Amino acid sequence: MSNQNYLSISRVDMTFAGAGGAHPVLAGISLDVRRGEYISLIGHSGCGKSTVLSIVAGLLKATSGGVILDGREVNEPGPDRAVVFQNHSLLPWLTVYQNVAIAADKIFKGSRTAAERREWVLHNLAMVNMAHALDRLPSEISGGMKQRVGIARALSMEPKVLLLDEPFGALDALTRARLQDEVVRIQSGLGNTVMMITHDVDEAVLMSDRVVMMTNGPSATIGQVLGIPLPRPRNRIALAEDATYNRCRQEILTFLYEKQRKVEPVGARTSRPMPPMLTPSAIAAMKLA
Amino acid sequence: MHSSEFIEPIRIATPAAPGVVRAALARAGRGFMTHVVPPLVIIGILVLIWQMLGSRPGAALPPPTKVVQDTLELIVSPFYDRGGNDVGIAWQLLASLKRVAYGYSLAVLVGVSLGVLVGQSTWALRALDPLFQVLRTVPPLAWLPISLAGFRDGHPSAIFVIFITSIWPIIINTSIGIRNIPEDYRNVAKVVRLNGIEYFAKIMLPAAAPFIFSGLRIGVGLSWLAIIAAEMLIGGVGIGFFIWDAWNSSRISDIILALFYVGLIGFALDRIVAFIANKVTRGTAAS
Repeated sequence: MSNQNYLSISRVDMTFAGAGGAHPVLAGISLDVRRGEYISLIGHSGCGKSTVLSIVAGLLKATSGGVILDGREVNEPGPDRAVVFQNHSLLPWLTVYQNVAIAADKIFKGSRTAAERREWVLHNLAMVNMAHALDRLPSEISGGMKQRVGIARALSMEPKVLLLDEPFGALDALTRARLQDEVVRIQSGLGNTVMMITHDVDEAVLMSDRVVMMTNGPSATIGQVLGIPLPRPRNRIALAEDATYNRCRQEILTFLYEKQRKVEPVGARTSRPMPPMLTPSAIAAMKLA
Repeated sequence: MHSSEFIEPIRIATPAAPGVVRAALARAGRGFMTHVVPPLVIIGILVLIWQMLGSRPGAALPPPTKVVQDTLELIVSPFYDRGGNDVGIAWQLLASLKRVAYGYSLAVLVGVSLGVLVGQSTWALRALDPLFQVLRTVPPLAWLPISLAGFRDGHPSAIFVIFITSIWPIIINTSIGIRNIPEDYRNVAKVVRLNGIEYFAKIMLPAAAPFIFSGLRIGVGLSWLAIIAAEMLIGGVGIGFFIWDAWNSSRISDIILALFYVGLIGFALDRIVAFIANKVTRGTAAS
């Protein structure tokens, strides 16, 4: 085990048995992630990005191949691979505080006192700026706030890898931009290793050290890996006119829309229109106008 | 079952400025006008029609004034006890409520347990569901002769009839609630590594609580329906027997008074379960 391949996904295949025979989703996924690295997985919807994440989380078992994290094989879910789910998945009958405490209390039951655990929950909620709403129920706070609590819950587990499954997908553009900046700030402070699923090119370039591009399914695999050589901290407004930023963006767009053009079958369900995004390119467009 | 409107609770402001008090009073007054006055008006009109129809010569049923006159003793002293079956209406109601309490508690215990089993295990669902679907359509009173034959006594038979009547909606709703627990909650539990007991207490029961409580509410209503009918047949004590006894001795006014009480208590039982549901689920169950 070295820092160079802290998290190793090796030759993972995934086949779902379904109606009409076996359905191959993933074929030959191999990826090494450094300790402290921020990795994004990008690809068209339905390509199997989330399946990769679920396999790393241990929620799904790969048909063949395996995942090794910090020298140990992953074969069940655990708090060392905390997941932030796309739809926050807070428990609606628990308050903001209790939603984080249910994880922290379970994981640190033997190792920390009740007072230390309480302190730790409060610390994590303060980190995502949710210390003011400890006793609110999830139904009483906004979507962005719910996602903050979901992030606090994942961080409170002190995971070796933080798994983010389209964490900003359901948020409006302004909330999304703020939360992206905060996740990057927290990640650079704590040095977490992060694996994020996204289908947003700007989000991937802005936040990641490397962007992993996936080909379309069935039998999806890694098509290309792009390092993002942008210094941190990154400023989304300054980046709008940055040549490197735009080159990276261009490269991912080319991969997604020319090499891996998604051909929708006729009569497929109509895709939901994406909300407008406050991305560097959008900011640049606004400046031009 | 879902009431879309509710009366805003009046918050008590600590240093109540006169304006605040007046506003609160105005709000309370408006609440009274919009929620209390309409049912009172309708009830008034219905009682008036009843009075007119009942006062006609040769009317089969007594008008409200005569009902009150005839049953004055039952109304003012509900707790008298002259031995035997000659006891106040409150004792009759309490006897019925006691039977409901036994039968319903048993149904809650067994129903929720079976519901969890059927909700958790696909095998149990396949094995038991056809049985449930057939048995739940058997009318309450159809169970009475067989339970009398089995228990050879009226009292346990009545409790059994309540149990068997109210258990089906509890089982079915509990199992639906458990089956509908979002996959995400299960995943959260897996990532945190909750064990079986922790999962049951911290995720499964609270997540299914809104469904379970809607089953409990239907169940309590059914058990109150069943007890009245069962007591008419088994006799002895209880409000159902009281009604049957009143019919046999042509005390129509007593029957009308009893119906009034039965309705009020059924309503109260429903509200009590709804209140508990609301407290337990923090308002996520329909009230």
